[in-house]
Amino acid sequence: MHDKTLTQLKAGLDAGDFSARELTEHLLARIEQLDPRLNSFVTRTAEQARAQADAADQARAAGTNAPLAGLPLAHKDIFCTDGVRTACGSRMLDNFVAPYDATVVEKMQAAGAVMLGKTNMDEFAMGSSNETSYYGPARNPWNTDKVPGGSSGGSAAAVAARLTPAATGTDTGGSIRQPAALNGLTGLKPTYGRVSRWGMIAFASSLDQAGPLARTAEDCALLLGAMAGHDPKDSTCVDRPVEDYSAALTGDIQGLKIGLPEQFFPEHLDGRIGDATREAVRELEKRGAKVQWVSLPHLDLSVPAYYVIAPAEASSNLARFDGVRYGYRCAQPQSLEDLYKRSRAEGFGSEVKRRILVGTYALSEGYYEAYYGRAQRVRTRIRDDFQKALSEVDVLLGPTAPECAFDIGAKTDDPVTMYMQDVFTIAVNLAGLPALSMPAGLVDGLPVGVQAIGDYFREGRILNLAHAFQQATDWHEKAPAFGGEA
Amino acid sequence: MAIDHTTVERTAHLARIRLEDGDAEDLYGRLNEILGLVDQLQQADVDGIEPMAHPLDLDQPLRPDEVTASDNRDKILRLAPAEEDGCFLVPRVIE
Amino acid sequence: MSWEAVIGLEVHVQLAADSKIFSGASTRFGSEPNSQASLVDLGMPGTLPVLNEKVLDMALLFGLAIDAEVTGHSVFARKNYFYPDLPKGYQTSQFDHPVVGKGHLRIVLDDGTEKTLGITRAHLEEDAGKSLHEGFGGMTGIDLNRAGTPLLEIVSEPDMRSGTEAVAYLKKLHSIVRYLGISDGNMAEGSMRCDANVSVRRSGETAFGHRTEIKNVNSFRFVDKAINHEIERQIDVLEDGGRIEQETRLYDADKNETRSMRTKEEADDYRYFPCPDLLPVRVTDDDLQRLRADMPELPDSKRARFVHDYELSAYDAHVLVAERAVAEYFEATVSAAGGEAKLSANWITSELLGMLNREELSIEHARITPQQLGTIIRRIQDGTISSKIAKQVFEAVWNDEGDPDTVIEQQGLKQMSDSGELEAIVEQVLADNAEQVEAYKAAEPKKRKKMFGFFVGQVMKATGGKANPQQANALIEQKLEQ
Repeated sequence: MHDKTLTQLKAGLDAGDFSARELTEHLLARIEQLDPRLNSFVTRTAEQARAQADAADQARAAGTNAPLAGLPLAHKDIFCTDGVRTACGSRMLDNFVAPYDATVVEKMQAAGAVMLGKTNMDEFAMGSSNETSYYGPARNPWNTDKVPGGSSGGSAAAVAARLTPAATGTDTGGSIRQPAALNGLTGLKPTYGRVSRWGMIAFASSLDQAGPLARTAEDCALLLGAMAGHDPKDSTCVDRPVEDYSAALTGDIQGLKIGLPEQFFPEHLDGRIGDATREAVRELEKRGAKVQWVSLPHLDLSVPAYYVIAPAEASSNLARFDGVRYGYRCAQPQSLEDLYKRSRAEGFGSEVKRRILVGTYALSEGYYEAYYGRAQRVRTRIRDDFQKALSEVDVLLGPTAPECAFDIGAKTDDPVTMYMQDVFTIAVNLAGLPALSMPAGLVDGLPVGVQAIGDYFREGRILNLAHAFQQATDWHEKAPAFGGEA
Repeated sequence: MAIDHTTVERTAHLARIRLEDGDAEDLYGRLNEILGLVDQLQQADVDGIEPMAHPLDLDQPLRPDEVTASDNRDKILRLAPAEEDGCFLVPRVIE
Repeated sequence: MSWEAVIGLEVHVQLAADSKIFSGASTRFGSEPNSQASLVDLGMPGTLPVLNEKVLDMALLFGLAIDAEVTGHSVFARKNYFYPDLPKGYQTSQFDHPVVGKGHLRIVLDDGTEKTLGITRAHLEEDAGKSLHEGFGGMTGIDLNRAGTPLLEIVSEPDMRSGTEAVAYLKKLHSIVRYLGISDGNMAEGSMRCDANVSVRRSGETAFGHRTEIKNVNSFRFVDKAINHEIERQIDVLEDGGRIEQETRLYDADKNETRSMRTKEEADDYRYFPCPDLLPVRVTDDDLQRLRADMPELPDSKRARFVHDYELSAYDAHVLVAERAVAEYFEATVSAAGGEAKLSANWITSELLGMLNREELSIEHARITPQQLGTIIRRIQDGTISSKIAKQVFEAVWNDEGDPDTVIEQQGLKQMSDSGELEAIVEQVLADNAEQVEAYKAAEPKKRKKMFGFFVGQVMKATGGKANPQQANALIEQKLEQ
């Protein structure tokens, strides 16, 4: 059962081939057996999963058919889950049992999904390798010496290892797309404002967006349909009808105009990744797409702009973790200042502290205009570049990440090199556009991802492009050898 | 703009993060590398460009003035590191 | 050497909404600690703010009331600092794009002089919680019920020159927010809080001196005292050759002094930046049109109307319009008194407001209705009772002894209208006081006036005050001339 995609599982449940409870038990057992080698889950919610599965089976028997009834999934541990620990990869929240459900969690539950557990992630979503997690790194099932990417690394590893058919993730600078690429998955970051952020622990509020990680575009369409929609509890969540994403998957991309931003193919790009990307372009051309070069002239400034804006927002968003009302508190604080400073020094890991310091500095008196002000203006430039490019073509295409999964520990001593992991993904968050990563090849037995970027609220269009590609190729069907014995 | 020790200390104080003596050197080095990266912004031509705070050009939605919050007090107080008579406790604040 | 004080006020007004500015928690006062703090108010991870529509309307209404530039575009910003009663580690406020821009209001001083004072801006923000220092065994307890309560911070220009002007400004603000119904303005309960920026300079200078900020001046009386004290302190320091430190001082009402709150903390660096969880607030002309239609008549125009329509003195009108409820009481009284405005004004400004003041009641709790007061005034006008008896009737009504007419009837307070009866009493009084009558007759005319009053007093005494004074005067004069 674990080899099936979400869509296939849905068909299996509908046909009565197996029950939601059987499916859930199978996956729970698989997680139990295999996850110790991956560390992709930080919390398992077996009891809840069984109850939800039974409820789904009963509802199905009674003739009601919620869109995700009985389909298992895992939530990134950044989403608050009522009564279940929500640690966000941090010692700071190691004891935090969320008092409410995130809207995404609520919506998935309302759609009938079964929550298997919460997945590992970089601490407060700050990282591209899952190595900043308080719970230790999750491992890449394609090669367990390698990172699964981040920050939604646990979600990606779990889906790639077939421990769950799907998982939620969040993407602030590439945190869905890069792990999807490194694990051979399809992962989508929707338009900013398409999915509610209520209950999603904030990293950088103007960039954060939740989305699905699954094996196929078809599955992502199904999941996004359940996640998206207006939420009056999130002021930045757009009140606009949700497209029928599954219906958008016609597989027809005849005449679709694809733009290749020249900056996505720099000279120093790993040739094998460039080749895989160009191969994907040729495949799409074969199916009728028209391809042309475009330019995003300010793309090289996206990483610097991001590493001001995201830490600045984070420095403020993470100020609430002060040891007063919840979360980690240092032992025997001697004074209020001691309580703050030690709780935060001990509760946060070093990457989070670095970013808080950078963000605090960038907003401080005398530096605001030089850093934050300029970064916001550069952000405008970057958005304008995208708008211009997307007035010429329908979709932008390029590699998702500059390299395949790298060794655990290879970049932990060098934050700036780590930041360059997101060089192709970050600009999309700055602009607020939707983008997905789809599997497009293997290099040395490790997956390569290709990124498709669409115009605002055109998730259906990029999903259809990926669907068309997946009808023509089988990269999305490649599975790691990991766990094959189970 | 490389930052010196005093600035790092002041910034850490603003952020209420205690700096450990042991990792201070390492931290200065890392922070300066990061600032070296973001200093590329100084070369950007942004004359006459408006700052962008939000990805979408939308207005703030409004909520009707209604009491809708449910009582979470018991759940909330259970999360508190130190609590007495329904209040969160902190070391005495001298005014 | 003469000195001039320069004063600006920052006033926080708690807006009278049912729910908080960014959450659906109740704003009611005095519940169990942390029972009215929602997930948002507690700064729980993952929670987000949504702006209360009524709070925005209230701020805009205030802007219209002070003729301010009400910008179509305002932005919420985060003011970052750590304090245990500030749950998110930042206060959501407004910085460079406040909802209300430059405006002004007029004050009237006790000597009748008027002055226009500038208002720099007014912005929306959330209140913090409360730190409780007693009863926690040497620890501090944090109650976040107040966190997220909507506030409008109103910042004045440094246009005031004395504590008296500052009080007049504050009273005018108080009057306006109550007229608009956007706050109860209760200073004792903290619905209106005031910080004062004070500096002094030598008369004739145009540059400002170093200023201090006085916190915690939370009654009209203290504002006056605290500011005047601070002005004197600064002058003393400067005249002794010292200099004024730019600092925050706390007013101690018990000792009537301000003292430095300076700690060793570095200068604040609030790192304001636009709140990414809230979008720009856009106000359309339609919104403003709708609010203008709802705008009540404000004190200034009401005062002008009272002077014009009721022919009141500017001062009486000023007193009557200070509170909307008093002004409404006045107009209801005039109408019940058959249009007798001058007497209505006198009765309200002296008797009624005096009584309310003595009993520490607000006009809403007056124990006499405008209809009842109007009836009393009509009874004075139609000669049924004298003004003096009217005060007795007023008190009787106040003490729940019945309606004016019932009181007059039951307690036999009607003026004597039977001239035969009064004439007999006058004759009796003169007979009982033959010595004084002789003295009166022998006295020079200019001394007679005072002596005449004696007989009037005796007659009033004999009639229990019910004699018609004009009638009594005429009869006494007639009898003395005989």
